[in-house]
Amino acid sequence: MADITLNIDGVAVIVPAGTTILKAAEKLGRTVPTICYHDHCTANGLCRICVVEVEGVKPLLPACLSRVSEGMKVSTAGTRVERSRRTILEMLVSAVDLSEAPEIQNFLNQYHADRMRFPDADRRDAQVLDDNPMYIRDYAKCILCWRCVQVCADDAQFTYAINFKGRGFDTGIGTFFDKPMPETTCVFCGQCVGVCPTGALKPKREALLEQGISLEGILQATMGGKKRRRNTP
Amino acid sequence: MIAADRVVSTTCPYCGVGCNLELHIKDDYIYKVTSPFDGVVNHGNLCVKGRFGYDFIYNKDRVTTPLIRKEAQAPGTRSQAFDHDQWREVSWDEALDYTASRLVEIYQRDGADAMAVYCCAKATNEDNYLLQKLFRALFRTNNIDHCTRLCHAGSVVALQMALGTSAMSNTAAEVIHSDVFLVTGSNTAETHPIIALQMKAAVEKHGAKLIVVDPRRVEMVNWAALWLPEKPGTDVPLFSAMAHVIVKERLYNRDFIDRRTEGFDDFCKSIEPFTPEYAEAISGVERNLIVQAARMYATAKNAAIYWALGIPEHSHGTDNAMSLIHLALLTGHIGRQGTGLNPLRGQNNVQGASDSGAMPWHYPGYQRVDDEASGRKFEQAWNIEPGGLNRRLGLTTTEIMSAIAPGGVRALHIMGENPMMSEPNLNHTRHMMEQLEFLSVQDLFINETGAYADVFLPVASWAEKEGTFTNTDRRVQRVRKALEPRGQARADWQIICDLAERIEKKLGRSRSAFWAYQSPDEVLEEMGRIVPEYAGVKYRRIEKQGIQTPVWDDNHPGTPFLFPETFPRGRGKFYDLEYIPSVEMPDEEYPFILTTGRLLEHWHGGTLTRHSKLDDLYPQARIEINPADGARLKIEDGQTVRVSSRRGTVVLRAWLTQRTTVGVVFIPMHFAEAAANLLTIDALDPLAKIPEYKACAVSVVSAGKEELPPSITRGRY
Repeated sequence: MADITLNIDGVAVIVPAGTTILKAAEKLGRTVPTICYHDHCTANGLCRICVVEVEGVKPLLPACLSRVSEGMKVSTAGTRVERSRRTILEMLVSAVDLSEAPEIQNFLNQYHADRMRFPDADRRDAQVLDDNPMYIRDYAKCILCWRCVQVCADDAQFTYAINFKGRGFDTGIGTFFDKPMPETTCVFCGQCVGVCPTGALKPKREALLEQGISLEGILQATMGGKKRRRNTP
Repeated sequence: MIAADRVVSTTCPYCGVGCNLELHIKDDYIYKVTSPFDGVVNHGNLCVKGRFGYDFIYNKDRVTTPLIRKEAQAPGTRSQAFDHDQWREVSWDEALDYTASRLVEIYQRDGADAMAVYCCAKATNEDNYLLQKLFRALFRTNNIDHCTRLCHAGSVVALQMALGTSAMSNTAAEVIHSDVFLVTGSNTAETHPIIALQMKAAVEKHGAKLIVVDPRRVEMVNWAALWLPEKPGTDVPLFSAMAHVIVKERLYNRDFIDRRTEGFDDFCKSIEPFTPEYAEAISGVERNLIVQAARMYATAKNAAIYWALGIPEHSHGTDNAMSLIHLALLTGHIGRQGTGLNPLRGQNNVQGASDSGAMPWHYPGYQRVDDEASGRKFEQAWNIEPGGLNRRLGLTTTEIMSAIAPGGVRALHIMGENPMMSEPNLNHTRHMMEQLEFLSVQDLFINETGAYADVFLPVASWAEKEGTFTNTDRRVQRVRKALEPRGQARADWQIICDLAERIEKKLGRSRSAFWAYQSPDEVLEEMGRIVPEYAGVKYRRIEKQGIQTPVWDDNHPGTPFLFPETFPRGRGKFYDLEYIPSVEMPDEEYPFILTTGRLLEHWHGGTLTRHSKLDDLYPQARIEINPADGARLKIEDGQTVRVSSRRGTVVLRAWLTQRTTVGVVFIPMHFAEAAANLLTIDALDPLAKIPEYKACAVSVVSAGKEELPPSITRGRY
């Protein structure tokens, strides 16, 4: 593929056409913060923390999605970019339990985010869903990055057990008709657990260990009745 | 939020895919398993067994002290002991001395033919190499085998006859480079889940077309362009009819046939009778589907064939595999990326155990025991007097079991295998086990087999020892010690070396075959000196990423796909095939064909997964019956049924599902309380000696709920 020359933070860089701004910046050693982005998943530009400023383009562009073009001039930092990132972080922390998201905690510090900027914000609180023997779902910690949905679908497992549900602030991740996991197409591969950035999805054993339950107790913890396997197809 | 004390990279102990794992450990407890996203085998993806199925290592039923039976066992009256009070806890010294003296006593009285050993496709290359060395070097017997006999023996024999090799020719991840791939006799989505993901991606994202040939509507059918629902055991007519179409329509690769094969003209004559019409009459697959499949496969740029145990586990399993090999030889779909003949190996290390010589006819590296030069080579390597090693072919797994009798096999040592679940016709197996004079077992749990033992040697699990596994695409990968062994458990290789030294001393051998290894990498180095394919496999080269055999020397980069220029035997060879029906065909008394296999959530005899939380996901045995058959038999979903064959009976619940076709029923092999192998037939393939697990005749009748056996807790120790 043809190569493209662009300028990132005043430095020229040559990358193949089709490269994203994120990857071009990485090539230069510039770090653009990301939250929803994962190398293993299709980029969706959902969280917008990776926004950058491109000369001649009015809105800020998500670096994870936007492709480079010839002669493009990109700023990965600057007042506008940083204010935008800070606001995103402040909104996230006002609504979501980020206590188990060390990367986002670092960003909060790095961008001097005011954790109390939106004191009246509704919090996303949900019951911990413990409906299967393998993992728990604690959607109070969910930032809707969509990674779990993607790996359950075409990014890895092709199982389609979970998806977005609801609208606006009530948007969440769920199963069809909120059925418990054993009654869905879930195969308990745990790809979703593997990509969750905030601890919303967690192996059940890890969750029990965190609660201070002894090894013996974890071994004895049962599901209260054995669940039947899905009927497929 | 838990901070891990340490994170240990290792290889999954379940299937042949060989996924890379990272074990997250806190206070010696594995609380989480992840996989590196840059891993070459599985790219960060795992299945339920790999990610959550390791908890058997903490199960309270696990045995962690050496045990000797309280009541002396004698041939004919040998019994099973599941309970703690039937065993005496002993020291390692006592257990190993006792094992050594009983084995030596029998060897000195009855000779080499009285000795036999089952090696283990779950154990490491090093464990298997040492165990076969022990029995060959000390007891001078080749009665050494492992579960490959029950698994891909037919594929191995056919590949050796036609090409001179016995492994997957390509790398599983290459499936995205195929235009067309054919999957047969494999429920890939459940048995090799990570390879199935790559197959699904090949279809969804890379435009590949999938042909599934299987009597079950397995999950991969959802992604297939063509599904050929054959009757069990009709592979030879079906695939030969595809060959017939390829020849008649001149879709073959003349250049490849001229350069790389022999016997083509005779082959053309031999497949003359295999018309699509004939194949339709036998296999039940509509002729047009056969023609379409043949055209699709033959006209592809790159086409690959993947198969699992539905092909070899027949009394004509070698022929079945051969009929697939013919397709590749006709079309030249081998020796390039995205092509090939790919038997998907079941166990994590079945390839490695075979490579390591856990075989009755071969030393490590497939060097034949009846070849004088090979014998000399191993005598030299193991410091044995010339002519000391046994030149006669040993007995296979099933033959060992049948040979248990006075004058035949008297002593059996088993590492990790569970023939009391995995052999066909278990009532016969039970009878034979009872006739043993001595049985010693190395395992984690007292399973159906261990319960028969005189002495039980508790072993370290895969997370508690160092070693290597060789996966289905020949990649040798590291297994690392993440935890100290529980209790007094010891690594298999240490147990074997300790036992070997005691046996050698009792035998009074003047020359030692050498057992004083400091670590498993010394074992692999020794193996590399006598197995050319492993010459360049060294621990220091595979610390980060595994390497694919053959690796001819320290600088060789490994071999992603085989045979670009030539086959090990020179030219690929065509064979004449005929259709031989399964030994037992359905009749009025036994009107259904039973086929057996695995489920996603369980593993083989269940020693591991039924001691894991995985058992909660699929806790009891169910027979899969097509709803049309269910309606005819007036059986409802979930109802209790009694299933009988000429050899045994099991009672279990029915699952009415389209997963199986009319006339065919399926029982998973994992459940001791309704063991599928009580029903299966012990007919063997004449060449490969593999049993016919995939087809026998059974009857299904409704039964009372009270007849349902209780879900037993295994290893009641």
